[in-house]
Amino acid sequence: MIMVGLAILLWIFGWWLNTRLAEGPYAGTRAVQLAVPLIFGLTVIGVWELLVRGLEVPLVILPAPSAIAVRFSESIPILWADFVQTILKGALSGYVIGCSAAFLMAIAVDRWDFLRMGLLPVGNFVAALPIVGTAPILVMWFGFDWQSKAAVVVVMVFFPMLVNTVAGLREATAMQRDLMETYAASYWQSFFKLRLPAAMPFIFNGLKISTTLALIGAIVAEFFGSPTVGMGFRISTSVGQLSLDMVWAEIVVAALAGTAFYGLVAMIEKAVTFWHPSQRG
Amino acid sequence: MKQVLAVLAVVAAIVAIWYAACIPMNIKGVLTEVERAGAEVVPAGAKERRDMNEFALAARNSFAIPATWAQDRPRLPAPHQVVAELWETTVKKKITSKRSLVYHGWVTLSATILGFAIGTGLGILLAVGIVHSRVMDMSVMPWAIVSQTIPIIALAPMIIVVLYSVGVQGIIPKAVISAYLSFFPVVVGMVKGLRSPDMMQLDLLRTYNATNAQRFWKLRLPASMPYLFASLKIGIAASLVGAIVGELPTGAVAGLGARLLAGSYYGQTVQIWSALFAAAILAACLVGLLGLIERVVLKRMGMAQ
Amino acid sequence: MNTESNTQPVIEARQLDLVFQTNDGPVQALRDVNLTVNKGDFVSFIGPSGCGKTTFLRCVAALETPTGGSLSVNGMTPDEARRNRAYGYVFQAAGLYPWRTIAKNIKLPLEIMGYSRDEQEERVRKVLELVDLKGFGEKFPWQLSGGMQQRASIARALAFDADILLMDEPFGALDEIVRDHLNEQLLALWARTEKTIGFVTHSIPEAVYLSTKIVVMSPRPGRITDVIDSPLPKERPLDIRDTPEFIEVAHRVREGLRAGHLDD
Repeated sequence: MIMVGLAILLWIFGWWLNTRLAEGPYAGTRAVQLAVPLIFGLTVIGVWELLVRGLEVPLVILPAPSAIAVRFSESIPILWADFVQTILKGALSGYVIGCSAAFLMAIAVDRWDFLRMGLLPVGNFVAALPIVGTAPILVMWFGFDWQSKAAVVVVMVFFPMLVNTVAGLREATAMQRDLMETYAASYWQSFFKLRLPAAMPFIFNGLKISTTLALIGAIVAEFFGSPTVGMGFRISTSVGQLSLDMVWAEIVVAALAGTAFYGLVAMIEKAVTFWHPSQRG
Repeated sequence: MKQVLAVLAVVAAIVAIWYAACIPMNIKGVLTEVERAGAEVVPAGAKERRDMNEFALAARNSFAIPATWAQDRPRLPAPHQVVAELWETTVKKKITSKRSLVYHGWVTLSATILGFAIGTGLGILLAVGIVHSRVMDMSVMPWAIVSQTIPIIALAPMIIVVLYSVGVQGIIPKAVISAYLSFFPVVVGMVKGLRSPDMMQLDLLRTYNATNAQRFWKLRLPASMPYLFASLKIGIAASLVGAIVGELPTGAVAGLGARLLAGSYYGQTVQIWSALFAAAILAACLVGLLGLIERVVLKRMGMAQ
Repeated sequence: MNTESNTQPVIEARQLDLVFQTNDGPVQALRDVNLTVNKGDFVSFIGPSGCGKTTFLRCVAALETPTGGSLSVNGMTPDEARRNRAYGYVFQAAGLYPWRTIAKNIKLPLEIMGYSRDEQEERVRKVLELVDLKGFGEKFPWQLSGGMQQRASIARALAFDADILLMDEPFGALDEIVRDHLNEQLLALWARTEKTIGFVTHSIPEAVYLSTKIVVMSPRPGRITDVIDSPLPKERPLDIRDTPEFIEVAHRVREGLRAGHLDD
């Protein structure tokens, strides 16, 4: 009961601290803006720990953060192998293939108006579909190893990337196009000097959406069959064995991988589209 | 008009490619079958053909090509096989039958809608809180944004099992997954929408000495509608994926996800494809319905033509 | 030799017609436009919106295709002239690429036209000086004021030494004070480079102050109602705008605009 009381106290204290910070004179500074969510996160973890211990929640329902941390540090080799299998082999290779294919396709689509008019609604339609569902088919075709996961990722990222790139390539204004016309610029000159740079914010939007989709595809596809390694495999077998601390450890890996992947793309975006109003502010 | 023509042309092209793809995908299986049935195949023996090019095989045994579109368990079923299976399992079966896709679709759909309603409701509430409270904004918003970059769907199997072990089964666990998958996009979109009025519009209400509540109902909420609908469409698609994935880990017996899984266990490719198309049609209907509501609402509010 | 080039008009339009097909039926954007522009002229096109002044300039630039009559630029069709890079075009907005520095923006046409790297550097340096932007080459457009951006876009149009400069309300979005300053600079630049300039505006003082020839146009259908040869000297300080000659010309332009409206 003491633990539960402590949890309530900790929650009140964390909230009070954040209120002071958020409404205090330094609320606008970078340090406070970083500290507030961090305090909130730590408070949540602290309350979680105390509640699990105080209420003696069994491991099979919710492991304490400390238990997850212990399991994480003990299983680093396994987690690393899973990470390599699912993220580096499955997700990343599928991401690269899918995004490049969509990019090349977008250039072709942009060149022929008829193709663009026909393919864009179809692409928008497909982008909203539950494409993870293709996983069992692709696992059947490409086997249990990472190739089938990469294939699922290719299918998942292709259409969002295509739609964004096509939209981006049409982003240059009529005036900018006229300017290229007055220079009698060739198609590829105006493509590389005008339309491609103007499309960059859209292309990166597609790339960012695709990072998350790639991880989802690679992990979920493993639920339909995988070798005895991989994050999706580990999650589904650990759930079966009720070792939830391992599941949570994998989720931590997934969260870290997801934010790192997204952050990396966002950093490249910042360097490439430094000129765009959304990046300047 | 030209647009419709273009879309039809693209769809026709996709179907044509699909039919063409059936030939190399299925030719080996077909040749094995017809050889067993006593037909003359070049070269003879499945082993001989194992490493041969599929196109060359199809060219040398062109008599077998029609059979690639009519196999019982093809690697890639032809479009008409999928359509026939869809027709068979929706219109011709009784809705209560375990083989009816309408039944399985309803199982998934009900979890999707329940979860979507919960997730959207909570998401809108949190967004309102975030816009009105600086503490909540600074504490929660960064995490809501980060959550968008994480494959939180990986939590799904655990939620099913944990809820099962405390005695909750059926629609609720899947609805929980659907709810949290639609929750975060709605929070992020709605916060953006509620913040979309510009300084001038806010200052105008200040000159009227409007209360906080008036500012919310008369300006922020109407202004947020386009953003809300955009994120609702993302949210419902995510909810459906959540419900389908939620049916995978426990070997559920009903639902589109269960059909996918069962199909992949027993190599029933036609069943997988028809379940996949049923899920796609469901998603399209849900997104389309939201689009329709969006059109009507925005038109009433004078925000669309 | 000089006299010979003077006899050859730079821009010559004969009975030029342009009809746009719109959803509300055909719109006569230009009707029976006849105009001769000689080398070294500074020609302003003035009139209310919809009078076809911008459309005419776009026809000269081969951005629109006339539906009737004849139009020659440097003795060629407008499209041949475009391919020969006969003119530089300045749009209403600066339209600089935000991902390129000012210097690289000015290099853009030079890259497309295949100038050597050294030549590019040299020309950028020269035109930056010409428009008074020395030292701003490494800035990005969004770090500069509107007036400076428009000057950079003029520099971009000057960079490849076309002898025609077409300007479509280049100072329309700028405030009066900046505009006065840029007008003065433009005149100085014209005197130094001896280019032929076509200049669209809807400001009477601007047209009178800058031009050797003022073309007054009126809408529905777009047509020329008056062509005024300015009696003002080539040397024009800003306070020339207070002289009786200036006021006289401005008066005639205003009359021309009013006459165009009375036809409605």
